Amino acid sequence: MTTMAPRPGRGLLPPVELLALLDDAGEPVRGQAGGLPMPGPDVLTALYGSMVIGRRLDTQATALTRQGRLAVYPSSRGQEACQVGAVLAMREQDWLFPTYRDSVAIMTRGVDPIETLTLLRGDWHCGYDPYRHRVAPQCTPLATSSLHAVGLGHAARVKGEDTVAVAFLGDGATSEGDTHEALNFAAVWNAPVVFFVQNNGYAISVPLAKQTAAPSLAHKGIGYGIASMRIDGNDPAAVYAAVRAAISAAASGAGPTLIEALTYRIEAHTNADDAARYRSAQEVQSWLARDPIARLERYLRQAGTLDDGQAADISAAAEQAAARLRDRMSAEAQTDPAEMFRHVYAQPTVALATQQAQLEAELGAPHPELR
Amino acid sequence: MTATLAPITPRQLAAEAAPVSMAAALNRALADALEADDRVVVFGEDVGVLGGVFRITDGLATRFGESRVFDTPLAESGIIGTAIGMAMNGLRPVVEMQFDAFAYPAFEQITSHLAKLRNRTRGRVELPVVVRIPYGGGIGGVEHHSDSSEAYFTHTAGLRVVTPGTPADAYTLLRQAIDAPDPVIFLEPKRRYWSKQTGVLSADDPPADAAVVRRVGRDVTLICYGGMVATALEAATEGTAEGWDIEVIDLRSLSPFDDATVTASVRRTGRAIVVHEASRFCGYGAEVAARISEQCFHYLEAPVLRVTGYDIPYPPPLLEQHHLPSTERILGAVRRLQWDDNA
Repeated sequence: MTTMAPRPGRGLLPPVELLALLDDAGEPVRGQAGGLPMPGPDVLTALYGSMVIGRRLDTQATALTRQGRLAVYPSSRGQEACQVGAVLAMREQDWLFPTYRDSVAIMTRGVDPIETLTLLRGDWHCGYDPYRHRVAPQCTPLATSSLHAVGLGHAARVKGEDTVAVAFLGDGATSEGDTHEALNFAAVWNAPVVFFVQNNGYAISVPLAKQTAAPSLAHKGIGYGIASMRIDGNDPAAVYAAVRAAISAAASGAGPTLIEALTYRIEAHTNADDAARYRSAQEVQSWLARDPIARLERYLRQAGTLDDGQAADISAAAEQAAARLRDRMSAEAQTDPAEMFRHVYAQPTVALATQQAQLEAELGAPHPELR
Repeated sequence: MTATLAPITPRQLAAEAAPVSMAAALNRALADALEADDRVVVFGEDVGVLGGVFRITDGLATRFGESRVFDTPLAESGIIGTAIGMAMNGLRPVVEMQFDAFAYPAFEQITSHLAKLRNRTRGRVELPVVVRIPYGGGIGGVEHHSDSSEAYFTHTAGLRVVTPGTPADAYTLLRQAIDAPDPVIFLEPKRRYWSKQTGVLSADDPPADAAVVRRVGRDVTLICYGGMVATALEAATEGTAEGWDIEVIDLRSLSPFDDATVTASVRRTGRAIVVHEASRFCGYGAEVAARISEQCFHYLEAPVLRVTGYDIPYPPPLLEQHHLPSTERILGAVRRLQWDDNA
């Protein structure tokens, strides 16, 4: 039975004010939580530790790019509250669908940094097993994986699994058609999906004002019947609480949620970009003052949850992680030309086997693995 | 009478009492695949209650329930993209693109993800997805309902591309496509949906990836597929009146390509013509002709010819008969194959 009448309102509109739990100075925010609970001390400490390590690995990856060890690296510096808060809010059985800027999120999920950076190092496209940590492959087309997230979440429901798919998107990607198809499919199917939009202000060089005329990116969920919220994306407590709530809702059958997290990309798009051409140093400075790690550190210290010793331990752990990454990256990447032919189909075709043999003849000798 | 029935293996069904149309054979293949494997799901635009605009999924939603056969929102990229996610999570989606040209919004999902995720992940992510696309002309369709889009897909590594020429083969190829571990673009020649055939429906025979010699001949090899198989066979029959003994190969699998069957035939006949509805320039026939010249050069008595659609956008319904390869055009090409030693 079809009805032409609009559905009754489900309170989809995001509140006018950003949801936040901690302000720029690390003080608890009053009256802006929108019902989000402040995470407990253990969670906040874990968020802090993972953000410190994540940022250190991110700056290390940028340095490795300057040294020519990575072909390119899209930094997420400044976005650690999103990268870490959203991932730590996920349960083991949930799936992460990251974008190419979400390497810190992937490493936070437990993927080996070397395997995470394989795409950017260039020895293969995806270096990790997506099933091991339930992290979909990174790749450079935007928004396409949001549909994969919806399909995976829908399949989980059909199979009776308690799995929620968390689709990461950027502000630019919300202009792509696939984002809209994904929102619509997820809503119609009531799929267990969380759309997590990191609005970092720029799609390479194009600012949000040239990306959308909508009052906010969160408003894009409403037309599809998806409950949407806007949060301070530099507030790790708010990100964690919002994603946690959205995952709980999806898991309980309440359907998808869109979360717009306001944050800022401190670095240029990649090492190959010159951000000075499209934004001012003053703007960057204003966002540095809203740093997600500094604000959580202040809160934890004031609450007595973090002392100098603990902070030093975390800092040392981050240095160790960076040193390990540096050492492992200093070895030359191993590649096998035969692998180009191996995974195209389940079984190589006759034509592929022939071309592989031609390449090997050209290279002089079969690869050791093929002897 | 039951005592006289031979045992039926699960993979081979008894001959239909009445002739079966290609549409019915496809419907039967979907039903049998849904029955055989709980992981198979069928979805797309109008495939549920309506049974598809060509009724290929008729009755399946009622029989298997809406969790396994269902309508989607009207968005082709969404259909392929969600199929990818479902396959990542263990399902075996069989999706329908309503018409050839309506599959283009899904092009990125097909070429950048469906075709490449296995390779991207070193074989860890397997996508057994079948994309059914009614394709080609000959049914009087308005613009965007008659495209032959095979070359877009055969050019993309990681995809299998198949197309049946007969009702029985529609059943075989679709069962094989659904069982395949790779993504398959399944092109259905819509002008042959209503053609009928009596015979055994087999899920195994002929084997996947193999071309089939539909008619044995001495003089020339016609290489064709999909909607052109019937046309080529008709031309071969008409050609006997002129004394031609024409061999017809139905490729079935456009990618991968069965070089062995084609090469053996052309080396025997010494002459080859590729026939397809699609435009000529950079069309599938160019690849076939190139492979033949690479592998059969010293056996050839004449250049490989192509009988194809023109290099034009698909024409409106009242003009399409001028565009589509006809038996006369095929026989005209046969006559041009340098039969006179002095020519």
